[in-house]
Amino acid sequence: MHYFWVPFLPMLGIIVPLLTNKLNRSACALATAVLPALALCLIFLDLPAVFAGESFSKSIEWIPQLGLSLSFRLDGLTALFSLLILGIGLLVILYARYYLSEKDHMGRFYCYLIMFMTAMLGIVMSNNMLQLWFYWELTSISSFLLISFWSHNSAARKGARMALTITGAGGLALLAGIILLGQVVGSYELDVVLNSGELVKQSPYYLAILGLFLIGAFTKSAQFPFHFWLPHAMAAPTPVSAYLHSATMVKAGIFLLARFYPVLAGTDVWFVVVSLTGLFTLLLGAYSALFKHDLKGLLAYSTISHLGLIVLLLGLNTELAAIAAIFHVMNHAVFKASLFMAAGIIDHESGSRDMRKINGLWKYMPITATLAMAASASMAGVPLLNGFLSKEMFFAETLNQSILGAMSWLIPVLSTMAGAFSVAYSLRFIHDVFFNGEPKGLPKTPHEPPRYMRVPVEILVAICLLVGIFPQATVGPLLQSASLAVLNHSLPEYSLSLWHGFNLPLLMSALATMGGVAIYLNRKHLFKFSGLFPDIDAKIVFERCIQASVNWAKNITMKLETGSLQRYAFCLCFFALLLIAPPLFDLDMTKGSLPGTPINGAVLISAILIIAGSLATIIWSHYRLIALLMLSLVGLVVSITFAYFSAPDLALTQLSVEIVTVILLLLALYFFPQQTPISRSRPSHFVRDLAVAAFIGCIIGSICFALMTHPLDSISEFFIANAKTGGGGTNVVNVILVDFRGFDTFGEITVLGIAALGIHKLIARMRLSMRIKDYDGRPWAKDKYPILLSVVSQSLLPLFLLISAYIFMRGHNLPGGGFIAGLITSIALIQQYLAHGVDWMAKRVSVSYHYMIALGLLTAGLTGLGSWIFDRPFLTSWFEYVSLPWIGKFELASALVFDIGVYFTVIGATLLILASLGKLTTKERLTVGER
Amino acid sequence: MELVYAICVGFMSACGIFLMLRGHTFTLVIGLTLLSYAVNLFLFASGGLTIGAPAVLSSSENYADPLPQALVLTAIVIGFAMTAFAVILAMRGRADLGSDHVDGIEAFDPLSEEKS
Repeated sequence: MHYFWVPFLPMLGIIVPLLTNKLNRSACALATAVLPALALCLIFLDLPAVFAGESFSKSIEWIPQLGLSLSFRLDGLTALFSLLILGIGLLVILYARYYLSEKDHMGRFYCYLIMFMTAMLGIVMSNNMLQLWFYWELTSISSFLLISFWSHNSAARKGARMALTITGAGGLALLAGIILLGQVVGSYELDVVLNSGELVKQSPYYLAILGLFLIGAFTKSAQFPFHFWLPHAMAAPTPVSAYLHSATMVKAGIFLLARFYPVLAGTDVWFVVVSLTGLFTLLLGAYSALFKHDLKGLLAYSTISHLGLIVLLLGLNTELAAIAAIFHVMNHAVFKASLFMAAGIIDHESGSRDMRKINGLWKYMPITATLAMAASASMAGVPLLNGFLSKEMFFAETLNQSILGAMSWLIPVLSTMAGAFSVAYSLRFIHDVFFNGEPKGLPKTPHEPPRYMRVPVEILVAICLLVGIFPQATVGPLLQSASLAVLNHSLPEYSLSLWHGFNLPLLMSALATMGGVAIYLNRKHLFKFSGLFPDIDAKIVFERCIQASVNWAKNITMKLETGSLQRYAFCLCFFALLLIAPPLFDLDMTKGSLPGTPINGAVLISAILIIAGSLATIIWSHYRLIALLMLSLVGLVVSITFAYFSAPDLALTQLSVEIVTVILLLLALYFFPQQTPISRSRPSHFVRDLAVAAFIGCIIGSICFALMTHPLDSISEFFIANAKTGGGGTNVVNVILVDFRGFDTFGEITVLGIAALGIHKLIARMRLSMRIKDYDGRPWAKDKYPILLSVVSQSLLPLFLLISAYIFMRGHNLPGGGFIAGLITSIALIQQYLAHGVDWMAKRVSVSYHYMIALGLLTAGLTGLGSWIFDRPFLTSWFEYVSLPWIGKFELASALVFDIGVYFTVIGATLLILASLGKLTTKERLTVGER
Repeated sequence: MELVYAICVGFMSACGIFLMLRGHTFTLVIGLTLLSYAVNLFLFASGGLTIGAPAVLSSSENYADPLPQALVLTAIVIGFAMTAFAVILAMRGRADLGSDHVDGIEAFDPLSEEKS
């Protein structure tokens, strides 16, 4: 089958107009038309099979778990819409070639137009509901681009925005409906969904699904109360109006109703909501159209009214009504597109669309006038034209229902009234424009359009006539196969012919025609009457609503976002509390089955020290120095705890980090007030914070306890078993760091380096006022570098370095390693800074710590990359035992080189942080221009 | 012993969080440091408490869990980097805003803000 390629041809075609834009205009239009024409031919090739009642579908699975697939189908309904989309699309391309002026960017226009065509074809051909929705939204977006094509025009921008908002919002509702429907049916493929009508109607979600689908369809097809966007979309260039807003896009909603007719229709809710919405829209549109002075405005409201008519037919829940709806979709598309094109020609050649100015054009453009008159006669439902046939069927069907009970007669009566109004506005279109005296104040003298601009109109009007006279021969098979697809089973008897004898529908037609003429003759009084009502501009109301919702959202944001970090921190902690607490309720007992370890005196004392230290930190938090000392006490006990519980590596690390941290905080404290001012925050905040902190503490404590007392399956056995054989070291912690989890460590030293560089940059632009005195007004001590400290620290330096080298070397087999050795070296160097001052160090240490970080990271990274040479994954380690005379047997390991990288990164980062901070008060300080 | 350990961890976390919720940056940094001690102890405890059996092969029969230790070791170093960054940021904030309150202004009160 060829149909599968149809949606892809226009998709390829999107780029064609942009490529050929440089050529002359006709060439560009011709090139643009090639691929859609090809697609049309492919549809024609498949038509015989479709007429035979077959339907095809083909899917390529993408994410089957989510029901996502690339899936297209071809049946009667698809074929009908595809013919409309491609056929009218081609005519519009030809028409736009003459409509667009030299100033307009033709390539861009065609690009948008073909994009729209692709999207529209996608909607009608999709066999997957999610894919259908994707194309549905694509039509909203491409229609936005097309409406706002003349973006210099404010009305165009506003109209485009309105259309996008309404149809886009409807699209979201549709998505929700599709997902619900998909969940109910269990599949997103239309083949399955269309045959699950009973299942869906009995589902408790039926009403929700129906409501969401109807919102989607009504917004797209401009049904009341969402109809107001369509007249404003008329700011678009007329080819767009002819294509999108009469023939195709507004029919997407109708298509949706027709496509899902077997699934959703047939219930009382469907009848009441759909038919009454349609009926009201039909009346409202027909009435409003009469009073529009703008040609396109009249056509827009007439479109709304005809869409209402189709929706009403679909809502009547009878099979014949559905067939009539499909028939009217075709007829309306054909005559309305030709009318829009005629209106565009009139606008183009006379410079105005105001029916109060353009009168008597018959003399200036007789051929166009004839065509337009034929098309509007079809719109009015005059015999021998296609509009008459579907209108007859419509009248017949309104008589053929009884769900409103005793009030059922209202529907045919109101329909006849709407018919009368449609005759009246059609008359107005003909009489006001082509007769009714002479043109008034037109910017240019009207004349016939270029020859080929009229061709699309001629073709469409010819179709109107042919279908109107020989309905069965022209569209019989197409209508039959499309109706078959909609109803999803055998078709009822119906007759497609011009003459059905004298019957009630014919009488209604006659009444409508006479009524229309009467209305038109008395139009002066009617205009006066409608002038009594205030003219509501939907655009202003809409913009106001948008503005109100923006303000509303802003208010809520302002309430949540007060700009207080303290408040955010509280919210963060509070919600963390809410999130971590519930899982604990699932645990029966805090204490697990593992036997506890007996307590002893040392542990008890440590615990008391920790609690007392933490408490003291809080209590004296206003005296910052004391709080800092208490903090360091806690830190020391923590490192003892590590040592006690068999973690010598951690104890060493914690101890050295503790020293570095305290030095850092002391340095920082120099630049802060030494005391925290007594907070003026309210007592309720104090209690609130205390409560949240206490709760989180309780939860963390409980989790910790539960974790320690419940049995645990750990992967640690693997590391212990393989540390020696796989990593070549006996200190399992170090082997994990440099070998098993080396990539993690590499990431971590990178973070360390980045943090240090960030701090460096923060300091470089810092402008701090230096205090001469401390908080109590005492001057700082004068003797900066005590001689004793200088001498002792200098002599200790070699010892320190030796120890760090020793700790480093033994790290693979005994507690130690790059992290700890790096920290010890840093402490030794910082001590020199403290003892001698920055100037003294600057003379002796010329190495830049940035380079040291870079060197460390590079070493670690290159060691990792080195394993690629041997065709192993990143950071695979290698080790070998070698024997040398005098020294004996020792181990060479690539992990050691990696650890050197860690070592240098740690030194570089620590010293970069502390030295930059320490230099702040000296002339070595960083300034903005530096690096 | 596990109970005492858990109580200590919980208490330290509570103190750390309470200090973090205070308004002045230096107090916040102290709270952050205290909290990171607590978190490190917490993570460490996930491997269980073992006495006298460091994860150095052939030193004993039953080894302490080495994995949490390796994780905590890097956590300690990263924690230092974080503390350093926070305190320098606080200094920078004080230098640029002239206040060492986290909100940039002393005792920011949302209620008085709304009234004005």
